[in-house]
Amino acid sequence: MADESPQEIRAEALESILIEKGLLTAEAVDDVITRYSEQVGPMNGARLVARAWVDPQFKKQLLTDATSVVKSFGFEGGQVEKLVVVENTNKVHNAVVCTLCSCYPWAVLGLPPKWYKDPAYRSRIVMEPRQLLSEMGVRLGHHVDIQVWDSSAEIRYMVLPMRPSGTQHLKEEQLAELVTRDSMIGVEVLPGKPS
Amino acid sequence: MKGVHDLGGKPGFGRVDQSGAETVFHDRWEAKVFAMVGAGSAAGAWSNTDRFRHAVERIDPEAYLTQGYYGRWLGGVETLLTEAGIVSQEEITVRAIARGASRKDLVAAQPLSSPDPVGQPPSSIGSDRTIVRAPEFKVGDQVRSLVNAVSHHTRLPEYVRGKRGQIVMHHNGWVFPDTNAHGKGENPKHLYTVKFSSEVLWGKPGFSVCVDLFEPYLESVDG
Repeated sequence: MADESPQEIRAEALESILIEKGLLTAEAVDDVITRYSEQVGPMNGARLVARAWVDPQFKKQLLTDATSVVKSFGFEGGQVEKLVVVENTNKVHNAVVCTLCSCYPWAVLGLPPKWYKDPAYRSRIVMEPRQLLSEMGVRLGHHVDIQVWDSSAEIRYMVLPMRPSGTQHLKEEQLAELVTRDSMIGVEVLPGKPS
Repeated sequence: MKGVHDLGGKPGFGRVDQSGAETVFHDRWEAKVFAMVGAGSAAGAWSNTDRFRHAVERIDPEAYLTQGYYGRWLGGVETLLTEAGIVSQEEITVRAIARGASRKDLVAAQPLSSPDPVGQPPSSIGSDRTIVRAPEFKVGDQVRSLVNAVSHHTRLPEYVRGKRGQIVMHHNGWVFPDTNAHGKGENPKHLYTVKFSSEVLWGKPGFSVCVDLFEPYLESVDG
């Protein structure tokens, strides 16, 4: 018991009460874990990115009306009532945050990583993004303009990362495997492949 | 409302700790909290996401900063279940003590004795709403966000208050969190993405921040 945090104990106390009152089933927890570990995750966003890299028409659709594109893929998970996809280039680097809570496009990226929800990222990315991104491994030249998107309403944002060099020979499915969650939040630049 | 949740630009938080980032739920209790949020909503303890977000903002500030995302959610769900009369905090505390907790443990939830009314259920799925009133602004307009802080729930972050920016997107009508969180109706408003330069926000060059702001948060800037 000693290694349980007070909030863990309290959560389990409340859970047991809600189960007794018939408001929660024990299975609901397993359903949540299965859904967000297996069905909903960044593999969905990665499919969109890989297709955009190989199909210019699709890329154009994704950048102008990502909401319709996501609907057509039928991804579960929610939080994409309106999705805006922003493109990273040699001149502009985009990064996404929610300073007021932790809004995040679940259906395409899954549930957010812990650091995305922590005070350090939420406070600093809107004030000193170049320094913070550098600490997180993204070193951007001063010719690169940084654009931060603070998800303060129900619009959700996802970054279309740049296609890594040395991947011309790869097929869409192989490209999707290279796309990371962090690159779609905008805190990673995908490394080039040796050709 | 002002509060520790409004973190944009707040100093002193140090480096981002990316450890454990590949785990969806770090422990089973976190998934339990996620499931309880679904159950509390289904039980009618709250009727919309704005109200849940506001409940999280109202938790103990120390707990907000130290108990993690699911600790904050637990605070929110306990607040609303208690305010709705579905459970009592004493009932939870007694059960927690039986499981090894102490009365001295910091409890995140701080429910109100006279809470807001739960309000009407959503008029339709989601938050996107048809709005008849014409928008006051268009893409390209220069605007300034309101200066004064408000005591109710709002989605206008403190770091852009009183700052001048440019409308870069118009998203039509959306449920207005400032009233919806308090059971005072959906009251849809035009929503805009407003771009603020780093010079305007922080007096230094090199980047900009786009924030989604509802029409009542904005006023026109001449010229």
